[in-house]
Amino acid sequence: MSTELTRYTISIYSENNVGLLNRISAIFLKRHINIESLTTSLSEIPDVFRFVIVVIVTEPQVQKLVQQIEKQVDVIKAFYHTDEETIFLETALYKVKTNFLFEERQIQNYIKESHASIVTVAPEYFVIEKTGFRHETDKLREQLAPFGLLQFVRSGRISVSKAPMGISEILNSFKENLT
Amino acid sequence: MSEKLHISGAEAVIRCLLAEGVDLIYGYPGGAIMPVYDELYKFQDQLNHVLTRHEQGATHAAQGYARTSGKVGVAVATSGPGATNLITGIADAQIDSTPLVCITGQVAAHLLGSDAFQETDIIGISTPVTKWNYQITRAEEIPEIMAKAFYIARSGRPGPVLIDITKDAQFATFDYSYKKCTGVRSYRAVPKLDQAQVEAAAAAINGAKKPLIVWGQGVILGEAEAAFKAFVEKTQIPAVWTILGLSALETDHPLNKGMVGMHGNYAPNLLTQECDVLIAIGMRFDDRVTGRLDAYAKQAKVVHLEIDPAEINKNVHADYPVLANCKESLEALTPLIETKKLDTWMARFDELYAKEYEAVIEKDLKPSKEGLTMGEVMVEINKASKSDAVIVTDVGQHQMVACRYASFVRSKSNVTSGGLGTMGFALPAAIGAKMGAPDRHVVAVIGDGGYQMTIQELGTIFQTGVGVKIVVLNNNFLGMVRQWQQLFFDKRYASTEMTNPDFVTIAKGYHIPAKKVTDREDLAGAVEEMLATEGPYFLEVVVEKEDNVFPMIPTGASLTEIRLN
Ligand SMILES: Cc1ncc(C[n+]2csc(CCOP(=O)(O)OP(=O)(O)O)c2C)c(N)n1
Repeated sequence: MSTELTRYTISIYSENNVGLLNRISAIFLKRHINIESLTTSLSEIPDVFRFVIVVIVTEPQVQKLVQQIEKQVDVIKAFYHTDEETIFLETALYKVKTNFLFEERQIQNYIKESHASIVTVAPEYFVIEKTGFRHETDKLREQLAPFGLLQFVRSGRISVSKAPMGISEILNSFKENLT
Repeated sequence: MSEKLHISGAEAVIRCLLAEGVDLIYGYPGGAIMPVYDELYKFQDQLNHVLTRHEQGATHAAQGYARTSGKVGVAVATSGPGATNLITGIADAQIDSTPLVCITGQVAAHLLGSDAFQETDIIGISTPVTKWNYQITRAEEIPEIMAKAFYIARSGRPGPVLIDITKDAQFATFDYSYKKCTGVRSYRAVPKLDQAQVEAAAAAINGAKKPLIVWGQGVILGEAEAAFKAFVEKTQIPAVWTILGLSALETDHPLNKGMVGMHGNYAPNLLTQECDVLIAIGMRFDDRVTGRLDAYAKQAKVVHLEIDPAEINKNVHADYPVLANCKESLEALTPLIETKKLDTWMARFDELYAKEYEAVIEKDLKPSKEGLTMGEVMVEINKASKSDAVIVTDVGQHQMVACRYASFVRSKSNVTSGGLGTMGFALPAAIGAKMGAPDRHVVAVIGDGGYQMTIQELGTIFQTGVGVKIVVLNNNFLGMVRQWQQLFFDKRYASTEMTNPDFVTIAKGYHIPAKKVTDREDLAGAVEEMLATEGPYFLEVVVEKEDNVFPMIPTGASLTEIRLN
């Protein structure tokens, strides 16, 4: 098993309970592991919540994290994947002064080249949205930085696995738990 | 149950406890839990509430009760400081897999987050040390959540659950009905036994020439003692125990070869490093058991019978994991195992025992020096109780000595704080242990340091009259720390010497019969008198000040580096 530091995406299917986020993040805290990004949302199954957490750890570490996460009463199932095993994206928003949009041709080029789009234009500022890989949103941030970014924000990773998660089978096995 | 009642949340809490078969709880009142206490008053003929002298005592007492009775222990406290005082006991229960339901009062829901008087985020604080926790803000939630709390606490690998109830939810009235919880959809309490895993494990065990069984508390928690004994006897494989596994197999059993770990026996530790197949049953490879992990049993294939999937490969790689309640896996495994003749292997245990006896045990149990040893006190307790007492220990030298030398004929007889090593555990835990096993002798063996951490529970003993026998082994030191200072810090005894009060006078202040022994000739008589006395009894034994516990595996050393002196 690889003991090299690797970026892993941990996907968690869970109940939607107050406090579960705290319980899950405590598992990382206890092991002094930093969370790179964290997203929560609904999943494909009604009433089932999904966490996507990105960490940079070794494979034995990520395995143990997933075991500890899965052990939590309110967690249905947890998986871990390498970048190659998932399709993932992040979204970034960039807020820039409106006058640059018209005065600096370069900005328009950057937006075009990076396949970003303009979400809104107000008299004082405009907002660019870019969805893609980390290095792509980073590149655009570097390009826009000289113009004085008013605000920059990036979402946590959202990701779907290439292999099936088999959640419907797991949901079926729930029924056994409820005998 | 089709009970339909319109009652308050507070009354519902009591009715839920009764519905779960609870007749005894430990706790301490205060503002935010007063509605529940008011109902307790009304139900006092059905539900006995023991007022401990500190909330930590309530959790430890509930733990002691759970450990000897096999039932869920219940502790109740108010919000804020009451709730935070529970935490040490909850953390102890979490790491030692003890089923507890802790109920705390909370400020009214509309005050949450306002820094109200005695508001504390007990859900946040208790999250890392509970199996599950939940804050109730509406009375209607109480029956379902209480049912879930008991189910989660006792099922699978047991553990503590904390339920925090806002004061307004205790006052509000609603239509109450109770349904026991039989499952939680996201939680699989016990993994389903996989016959293929059993067969693979059986093949590995059958191929072994020098097999070794290491068992832990899983055998006791899984009520697998009979299945375990049948397995051991069929296989004829030597079996050794972790501190929490102690008493699952009687001490005198010819295949019981003693304790593993830092102060465990010589043969079990050294032969862990020689066995070819290590059969771990309901244990979790704590570092106090394994010593240096990358040198632990490297030559052996590991079979691991375990209920908690998160324990597989956590510390030690399992070549043959078997996931299930160990009662079930043992019953599946035993018929597949061939009986072994392991005479040469067995002889190694005897050989190494002889070495340990000569270097350590004889001096501990039959000392020739003047000062009393902790070991000889244990011998007298064994004799006077016919090895059938529940022994409750605190943390330190006396704990290691007690676990090494106490002898047992019955399971659920050893109550100690293993994983957390909580000083102050024994006195309150003994109260619960006695209430959980009222027909048995319960002897708490405690150091002079740990005794003073929860000494106020003498008040609980006096008030309830619970027949706990307290033995304080007084070396006037925080002995275990002093031992480390002697061995690893050139005898710089920083803050480990204790100037102690007159313990006998203190016990007498609580009207507990008490005696102090300083001479060997008085020891046996005093222990006999203690056990013959009805009700509680306090016995102080002044022991040698600077005795050390051996064998010892220094922290970070491999088991092979075990020292006899
Ligand atoms: C609450 C707590 N604080 C500190 C320790 C560290 N500690 C472990 S053993 C020990 C000494 C115990 O002394 P005593 O109770 O007198 O028992 P002895 O070792 O002398 O038998 C200490 C301080 C602990 N285990 N628990």
